[in-house]
Amino acid sequence: MTGAIVENRQSADRASAWRGYALVSPAYLWLLLAVFLPLSAMVYFSFLSSNVFDSGSAQFTLGNYLSFIRRPVYPILLWRSVLLGIIVTALCCFIGLFAGLALARALPGRARALVFMLILLPFWTSGLVRVFSWVVVLRTGGVLDSFVNWLVPGAGPTGILYTYTAIVIGLVHAYLPYMIITCYLSALAIDDSILDAARSLGATWPRVFRRVVLPLMLPGLGVGAVLTFVPVVGSFMEPRLLGGRSGTVFGTIIEDQFTAVFNWPLGAALSFIMLAVVLVIMAISAPLLRDRREMLK
Amino acid sequence: MVSLTRRRFGQFGLAAAATLAAPAYIRRSIAAGDVRMLTWKGMGSDFPDAVEKFRAETGIGVVHDYFTSELEMLTKLRTNPGAYDVALVNFVFVDQAAKQKLIEPLDVSKLTQFQYLQPKLRDSKYTKNGDTYWGVAWTWGSTGIISNTTKIKPTPDSIQALWDPAHAGRVTFRDDPVEAVSWAAIATGQDMNFPADLKLVKEKLLALKPQIQTFWKSSGECEQMFAAETVDISPMWSGSAGRMRKRDIPVDYFAPKEGGIGWFDTLAVAAGTSNQEGALKFIDYLQSPEFFIGWDERGGAPAPANLETQKQLPDDSFNKTVLGDPKHFESLIFMEDLGDEKRQEYLDLWEDVKATFG
Repeated sequence: MTGAIVENRQSADRASAWRGYALVSPAYLWLLLAVFLPLSAMVYFSFLSSNVFDSGSAQFTLGNYLSFIRRPVYPILLWRSVLLGIIVTALCCFIGLFAGLALARALPGRARALVFMLILLPFWTSGLVRVFSWVVVLRTGGVLDSFVNWLVPGAGPTGILYTYTAIVIGLVHAYLPYMIITCYLSALAIDDSILDAARSLGATWPRVFRRVVLPLMLPGLGVGAVLTFVPVVGSFMEPRLLGGRSGTVFGTIIEDQFTAVFNWPLGAALSFIMLAVVLVIMAISAPLLRDRREMLK
Repeated sequence: MVSLTRRRFGQFGLAAAATLAAPAYIRRSIAAGDVRMLTWKGMGSDFPDAVEKFRAETGIGVVHDYFTSELEMLTKLRTNPGAYDVALVNFVFVDQAAKQKLIEPLDVSKLTQFQYLQPKLRDSKYTKNGDTYWGVAWTWGSTGIISNTTKIKPTPDSIQALWDPAHAGRVTFRDDPVEAVSWAAIATGQDMNFPADLKLVKEKLLALKPQIQTFWKSSGECEQMFAAETVDISPMWSGSAGRMRKRDIPVDYFAPKEGGIGWFDTLAVAAGTSNQEGALKFIDYLQSPEFFIGWDERGGAPAPANLETQKQLPDDSFNKTVLGDPKHFESLIFMEDLGDEKRQEYLDLWEDVKATFG
């Protein structure tokens, strides 16, 4: 009797497991097709001595990866990109944290929907359009310049287009919505009674923020940071269009390999080196986030 | 809701088959004696009125197919032998196309306009091998310098203007390794295509740092900068310079006295054509003043290689007022096919330079 029940349960488990596989298989198939295949094609390219498209004589080589060490310009520019990623992510964290909190806990439903809409609105336009609108705002004689000179007559030209600041502004604007959304979701999940408990035990608001709110929002910040940091390190459009002569970063170097000299193998190799560095940085920072969360327990 | 009836399905199938088998559609036009032309989109010859006029004159129709890069042009000729009659081939690629037997030797005796073509282009080493012509020079243009006429007076005539401290922070530069090396080579008095002293080239480019405000990649970006007056001087393509003048952006365009960069496009007969006669007739028509002046008036035409056409252009045409000056043409140095290795070398050099600008 019991044996039959166990057997039944086992077969039911098996059936539900199979159902699970069947349900997730389209997603995995899609990942295989859309992510894994193109990526492995690029891995293959990165070990070739020359472009497979124009000559059949391509050979296996490590030269593309070694050129990262041979040419000092590559590590220098990768470091510049990582630094840019850190600055932009830090700014996004700071703004996104407070924006997400305000959105989740300070705004009534109607206003919240409206503000949420305003945050998402830039997402529905193309990235290129967003960058070019920053060009119009930031250039000398542009919107910002006109405004400053209207406010303070005789302030002189204040265009900041084609500077490092312009790159940071453009990138923060581009990726802030991710951070706000993830922080908003974290903030929404904070139980009011926890805050009440902290307050009734005598904690001041700053202390509540530091010891209760911040740790509870770490998951949101963490996800937002990953979503921001990775694309910013690889960005090339914003630096090129907003950064002027200081707009040369690792992303633009990779772009050059693909578009200026059609050296796909080198471009692919540089991309994977960047990917590896980004993964290492995330592996180092992951425990940082986990430990802080355990602090709360 | 649209139901998928069998008839509808049949139509859908037909449409899908037509999309997949584009060469079949092109092949079908052989019977009609049409000329099949392979070119850039919007390069004059596909303008409906121009095609109609040719049909009215000769009874021959024209079907166009397009490429988006010179490499694609070569690939299309290679993989579809006999699918095209005429191809637009940039001068740098004529020799390569001839060696790979993608184009045929030309019977120039059939071309009535041939005698009027600029001899330096017509008989250049790029288009003529021994006594055989492989491409007929059709249009040409230059890369020179544009400067804002209200900010920089008088308009300079030297490439050194880009390095002039008076224009510090007001220069923009095309972000292109080959062009950057070319300009620096010209500015240091070296061979434009293969400068002997690359160290000198690099030093010259490094000296641009205080001058440059930003780089551009598409000519549209550069036009914007000049329209908004964020920059005063830049290297520029003649075609875009003409367009900017048409838009009343206050710029002058000149080829530096040390040398400007020249290019030209040729028309060639595709190998394996079954309609050589029609092909040559169409090439001759595209060379004629009646076709070219119409194109120039519509806008977007580079300069004509046909000197007779050049003379008959309207007096306010950029191709006449600026490019029509024989001195401009004389100062041009033409590009060479560098090969992958040189291109990579120039890119490496250019990246080293740009990295120090940050």
